[in-house]
Amino acid sequence: MDPRRTVTAQWADTWLGLNVGTDIALANAMAREIIHAGLANPAFIQRATTGFELYRASVERYTLDFAEQATGVPADVIREAAHTYARADRALICWTLGITEHHNAVDNVLSLINLALLTGHVGKYGSGVNPLRGQNNVQGGGDMGAIPNRLVGFQDWTTDPAVRAKFERAWGVTLKPEYGMTLTQMFDAMEHGELRAVYAIGENPAQSEADQHRAERLLGGLDHLVVQDIFLTRTAEFAHVVLPAASSWCETEGTVTNSERRVQRVRKALEPPGNARDDLWSIAEIAKRLGLDWGHPTGEEVWNEVRSLAPIFAGMSYARLEKAGGLHWPCYDENHPGELFLHSRLWKDPIEGPAAPFSVVEHELPLEMPDAEYPFLLTTGRRLDSYNTGVQSGGYSSPLRRGESLDISPEDADHLKLLDGDPVRVTSRRGSVVAPARIDRTLRAGLVFMTLHFQDEVKVNLLTIDKTDPKSGTAEFKACAVRVEPVRSTEPLAGRAQSVSHAGA
Amino acid sequence: MDLHLLDAAPTAEERDALDALLGAPSSGWEGGERDERDAHTAAGGHAARSRRHLLLPAFHAIQSRVGWISEGALNYICERLSIPPADAYGVATFYALLSTVPRPKRVLHVCDDIACRCKGAEQLCQELERTVGPAYHHGPEGSHVTLGEDDAVWLRSPCLGLCDQAPAALLTVAGATPIERLFGGLDAAKAARVLKGDLTPASAPHPRLPQAGDPSLRLLRRVDVADPTSIDDYRAHGGYEALRIALDLGPEAVIREVTDAKLLGRGGAAFPTGRKWDAVARQPVRPHYLICNADESEPGTFKDRVIMEGDPFGVIEAMTIAAFATGCERGFIYVRGEYPLAIERLGGAIAAARARGLLGADVMGHGFSFDVEIRKGGGAYICGEETAIFNSIEGFRGEPRNKPPFPVQVGVFGKPTLINNVETLVNVLEILRIGGPAYAKIGTGDSAGPRLFCLCGCVTRPGVYEVPFGATLRRMLELAGGIPAGRKLQAILLGGAAGVFVRPDEIDMPLTFEGARAAQATLGSGVIMAFDDTIDLVPILLRIAAFFRDESCGQCVPCRVGTVRQEEALHRIRAGRTRGGLAGEMALLDEIGLAMKDASICGLGQTAYSAVESAVKRLHLFNGAKAQ
Repeated sequence: MDPRRTVTAQWADTWLGLNVGTDIALANAMAREIIHAGLANPAFIQRATTGFELYRASVERYTLDFAEQATGVPADVIREAAHTYARADRALICWTLGITEHHNAVDNVLSLINLALLTGHVGKYGSGVNPLRGQNNVQGGGDMGAIPNRLVGFQDWTTDPAVRAKFERAWGVTLKPEYGMTLTQMFDAMEHGELRAVYAIGENPAQSEADQHRAERLLGGLDHLVVQDIFLTRTAEFAHVVLPAASSWCETEGTVTNSERRVQRVRKALEPPGNARDDLWSIAEIAKRLGLDWGHPTGEEVWNEVRSLAPIFAGMSYARLEKAGGLHWPCYDENHPGELFLHSRLWKDPIEGPAAPFSVVEHELPLEMPDAEYPFLLTTGRRLDSYNTGVQSGGYSSPLRRGESLDISPEDADHLKLLDGDPVRVTSRRGSVVAPARIDRTLRAGLVFMTLHFQDEVKVNLLTIDKTDPKSGTAEFKACAVRVEPVRSTEPLAGRAQSVSHAGA
Repeated sequence: MDLHLLDAAPTAEERDALDALLGAPSSGWEGGERDERDAHTAAGGHAARSRRHLLLPAFHAIQSRVGWISEGALNYICERLSIPPADAYGVATFYALLSTVPRPKRVLHVCDDIACRCKGAEQLCQELERTVGPAYHHGPEGSHVTLGEDDAVWLRSPCLGLCDQAPAALLTVAGATPIERLFGGLDAAKAARVLKGDLTPASAPHPRLPQAGDPSLRLLRRVDVADPTSIDDYRAHGGYEALRIALDLGPEAVIREVTDAKLLGRGGAAFPTGRKWDAVARQPVRPHYLICNADESEPGTFKDRVIMEGDPFGVIEAMTIAAFATGCERGFIYVRGEYPLAIERLGGAIAAARARGLLGADVMGHGFSFDVEIRKGGGAYICGEETAIFNSIEGFRGEPRNKPPFPVQVGVFGKPTLINNVETLVNVLEILRIGGPAYAKIGTGDSAGPRLFCLCGCVTRPGVYEVPFGATLRRMLELAGGIPAGRKLQAILLGGAAGVFVRPDEIDMPLTFEGARAAQATLGSGVIMAFDDTIDLVPILLRIAAFFRDESCGQCVPCRVGTVRQEEALHRIRAGRTRGGLAGEMALLDEIGLAMKDASICGLGQTAYSAVESAVKRLHLFNGAKAQ
């Protein structure tokens, strides 16, 4: 399921090319079809879930015809997908940013979880719901508490006094029972003057945030900005202090956790170049200058502290990780084998722990839809050989990389009299960029595509909308309305487009 | 899989040619018009990828319609079959009969291989160079040439399997009704006429069996006797009696007869056929596939062609029996692309058998289901190797696979597969006709049954000869009328290019598996190619070396590199510019040969030194050579 027929979609037995931002309409229609066809799992629903009746009532209006209207996907194809999913012996739902980079990201995810609960495709081998991670250690970052609402091991210190007491005792400090800020909340706080100093580690918000004009203005206006990174990023150019970091791959000791929650060791093979330092070293030195002498703990010492405070990692000694080639959390003690999949408790009779709730979620269009002035819907994404803003991939050549382009359907290109490579001006309500057009059959009329890999040349995030999902803080990178115009040959061109001769218009 | 489809579009002619094979595209994603439904859904995946086996037939459809495979055609094929163009291009360039650079529609492939050389093929080619122009060569760099409708070119070709009528050539004329025809008994003037469009004689009834009608024949008794296009005539000459017997016996009993007959495979490896059948029949994995290996490409070999052209129903009946015995519902007969008449005759036989209920869902009303599909090779000797055939049928480059697993376990499409050579299969008809034990009494103790030999080169009456195992080489030469009057026998190449040279004083060896082994020779594919004293053997040896260099699939290093180094050393010796003297070159050849024999994946590399080695060590070919 993807608005574009991507390379992955080309592998698929069936591609459902839904309209951008209509994931909930599709999921709810599948649910209704599953229920009406008698393919739901009533025993599982009865034993392991709550809220089914409300959910059933809520999806009732999502008929196949309604879904076809909303998503564009033919009703028979949606029906077939629903039946295939429901009838499968094992079924897994995987997703990435196409689900989460929306103003209603959490609702999108909940609509998928509903499908898994409806059919019982969860909590058993080969089934479940799985957000695929873009990096080897995205999961590990969250595991370690690099999220504003949980401490290491997903422990909530604001609601659970025992947790708070445990951490206060271990760290010798008092913890306020308040969540921190999401990245987007931080930018709002900067806007309001509430956040004046930022310590950015391994993040390039100057280029990765939606509405880049605003991001640059706010970062440039801080009292103090410290950037710790392996590259001198665009964000580092605004910094008062830059701390060169060692690469966490092959220049440091530690662990990473992948999408399947497998914690694995990484080992140091090289000395970092120049004055680049291990992140741990830099953090400990800052602590020392702030009056806290932590010494210089090794990766294993930090990990053992994690194990002592977070029960789900307690059984994962370095020795065991080494021997087993990695272990899946949760792993509660040295004899625990780790768990290959989560939520098996839902299949115990009676279930262990709380029942899994169905969530009523409704279809909502993206905040900005095409209109007469901005007739195209721009969706952003990634290409195979580049990574996000290109900090880690832009310095290396690739035979596949063609630079930024405005990918457009053959039908629209025809209409605009564009040839492949012709420069076009892409304008949203927030900004305007120039890029060469690339005619792409995987797109349909009305839908255009860009990436954010080449921000130095084409600042695509000048176009995107910075409205975020209130629950997750993720911006709606996947949808904004734009205008596409061929560039007159007399108009000055920016970036790569300058080298492209203008043949159209 | 990243398809990375190209921008190039097919011409209307290319589109037609492919749609005739695959049907019209079902969606815009398959190269049709994009419509509203295509904007929001597409099918593909397993269903699309399961059609990969149509890749070679798709290439043939374009090649025989247009004369070459353009980028646009390649792209359209890839859209239809969901294959990345880079991958498909690798397959297209694997096959000599396919061209990925512009080539005129009318092409004459003139054989300059060893059997035809004995009949003046080299002189013929040189005369064509003078009278018609140089052999066509077109590199990819100038792929924008425009081709006229009437352009005609000629190319040199490896052995075309028409050795009994040498010198030979294959004419291919691409078009809506393509022409593919083998011509024998050529001279330069006739070749030039064929190039200009003179196709006389209008039809080419190839088999010219010297023993035709001989009542002692068992395998060839219908060739040049029964009408190969008439199923009724086939039945009038005993056709489909063996299948009736087989259906009455049941699968296990059929296998027992074949085992009792002590039939050994005739493709070259001499593996007990009954054991192979039994192994396939026992495989629990389903489905089982049957492949008849008719990719007869060993230089000097043409017996399978004679059977297919002269008794095509016999091949289909034998395949049906093998399928019944081993539990196959689907069979392929993989015929080399240079055998258009065999393909035509087999196609007719299959259609007639289907019409009479002898193929299809309910064979002979016995409730057993079997059907056969012809697969046309693309001009690659290596595809005669049994696992290379699997890859070729599946739509990949025809590169051999490592064994194990063996074909009886994991063959074509990863399923248990029975693969037998044409000659092996037609023996089964005789086994069922007279019974396994009676068949085992024919021939010698270790070599049971009749055997076909391809007599060619410098003999008076070249052709396929059938004898019971046990005849000597001398006897076979006599059957073929001996060496032309006034000349002396210089050497015999036994078993084809992958075989060995033997001396005139060795011709009393019995041509049995055990006799050949004792003489450190091989029967191979049954080639007996005689060279009289007017033939210079050094160019013959260089042609053999060039053949292996050209036909090596390039997959494994010993063969890819070894066949090149071998040919280079022979050129140096011939030119009198040896490195390290003649002895040094001999030592080098020996070392390369050993490496190829020991370390190559398949039989091609393992036997690529065989003829050269025997020429050096048995004929002492270079003993008089000057060393520098």
